[in-house]
Amino acid sequence: MNKWEDNKAWFLVLPVFIVVAFSAIIPLMTVVNYSVQDIFGPGQRYFVGVEWFKEVLNDSRLHDALWRQFLFSGLVLLIEMPLGIGIALLMPKKGWGVSASLVTIALPLLIPWNVIGTIWIIFTRPDIGLFGAAINSAGIAFDHTASPLHAWITLMFMEVWHWTPLVALLAYAGLMAIPEAYYQAARIDGASAWATFRYIQLPKMRGVLTIALLLRFMDSFLIYAEPFVLTGGGPGNSTTFLSIYLVKVAVGQFDLGPAAAFSLIYFLIVLLFSWLFYQALQNVGKGEER
Amino acid sequence: MNRNHVKTGLLILYFILLMLPIYWMLNMSLRTNADILGGFALYPKHPTLENYIKILTEPAWYSGYINSMIYVSMNTAISLLTALPAAYAFSRYRFIGDKHVFFWLLTNRMAPAAVFLLPFFQLYSTFNLIDTHIAVALAHCLFNVPLAVWILEGFMSGIPREIDETAYLDGYTFPRFFITIFIPLIRAGVGVTAFFCFMFSWVELLFARTLTTTEAKPIAATMTRTVSASGLDWGLLAAAGILTIVPGALVIWFVRNHLAKGFALGRV
Repeated sequence: MNKWEDNKAWFLVLPVFIVVAFSAIIPLMTVVNYSVQDIFGPGQRYFVGVEWFKEVLNDSRLHDALWRQFLFSGLVLLIEMPLGIGIALLMPKKGWGVSASLVTIALPLLIPWNVIGTIWIIFTRPDIGLFGAAINSAGIAFDHTASPLHAWITLMFMEVWHWTPLVALLAYAGLMAIPEAYYQAARIDGASAWATFRYIQLPKMRGVLTIALLLRFMDSFLIYAEPFVLTGGGPGNSTTFLSIYLVKVAVGQFDLGPAAAFSLIYFLIVLLFSWLFYQALQNVGKGEER
Repeated sequence: MNRNHVKTGLLILYFILLMLPIYWMLNMSLRTNADILGGFALYPKHPTLENYIKILTEPAWYSGYINSMIYVSMNTAISLLTALPAAYAFSRYRFIGDKHVFFWLLTNRMAPAAVFLLPFFQLYSTFNLIDTHIAVALAHCLFNVPLAVWILEGFMSGIPREIDETAYLDGYTFPRFFITIFIPLIRAGVGVTAFFCFMFSWVELLFARTLTTTEAKPIAATMTRTVSASGLDWGLLAAAGILTIVPGALVIWFVRNHLAKGFALGRV
């Protein structure tokens, strides 16, 4: 669609610009300000240049948290994307089942994030939880507060339980947008279910799946409340992800300088990935218009 | 025919797995703490509403729900009111810096909340906004406004521009056209957007907890503080958790048809 060219459109964007600038630009400036100063108290601050950045980049605990974060996000995408698509394919296309499925599937998405953690604490405790008790009665000593591996397994279960519905909803949206004529053509050609999926459904879902991939990557990369409640970053540091470590440095130890430098690096990593995904998204959009 | 049975069976199995953790919390919420610690049970043998009554009668508990509802509603209203005209501009006009502003907006949806924690606290302290509902509502705009613009822009671009042109030729002014013709055309989109704004503001805790102390403290924060205080009352905790699911469930129920329609348009 050709758009009208008119810079007066800026007036329409202005309210959004002001609201978001208030919440984004001013705080970001403060972070930049902190990241190059050593602050002892009100009025006592010294310019230290890139000192904090050097310190942060050489912090081995931060490296560990970063790799842990990539592993976590990678696993999340590998499990949730195929699973979400599969569930979307199972969902009914018409009738009362549509609303019922949508409401059921969306439910985990509307639970506050720390309550998600609480649910899973209760669910996985060896003494009172169904999950914990079931696994223990099968003869495996399951305790996510003691074993890093068990903590990771519990976290992955929680994460997949919590967020696969979002992927499923988006994939379902993509499926619903495919005109019936495509399926009729496939039926006439005698295409198998797999061929229909591979050559009709999957390509048509490319747009929404890119959005799902983008959202899932970002949100899993920024995860904080759920592991904080469930494992508190432990046992040891085994589930200390970037956000948890950052809050520890900033609020726990009140190391404002390093925390600010850390924030900026964290933000830049996310920004780089969002830009890459955004480019991909734009290209997908163009492909569909043609 | 057989295939469809298998599909339905698998889907029902998934739904059961999806509901199990929630069922388990419901089970806990209907038992007293002594009963829970006394023995393992698949369902409450002596169901009691004690935990719920405690939450609904103690102001320290139920004010948390009211606070959450207030800032979530404020945030949804602000997000929609500012995002509607902006989304129209992005879907209809080309202007200096349009693509850059759009991308900049999206980056805020992707900014780590932890990064903004301290500066937010300072900023809102400066404006004397700490512990007010509007502070949390504004902070949540950081990720909800960009999302609202993004979703609405998609819905608006699906409306042919001829409609705008015809209306202007008929002598409609922009505000009148926008409010009386255009917004009704995309009301499914407005519903879906409101749903997402509600959802992300309702589930967020980091900002909400940092920016409030007592007067505007959200329910989710009330829960975490109770946990750390005097040992764990599993039953009470579970009941509070179940009650945080209720508003979300109601919202999905009300927008379920819009949601289906919105999803059918292939955006969100």
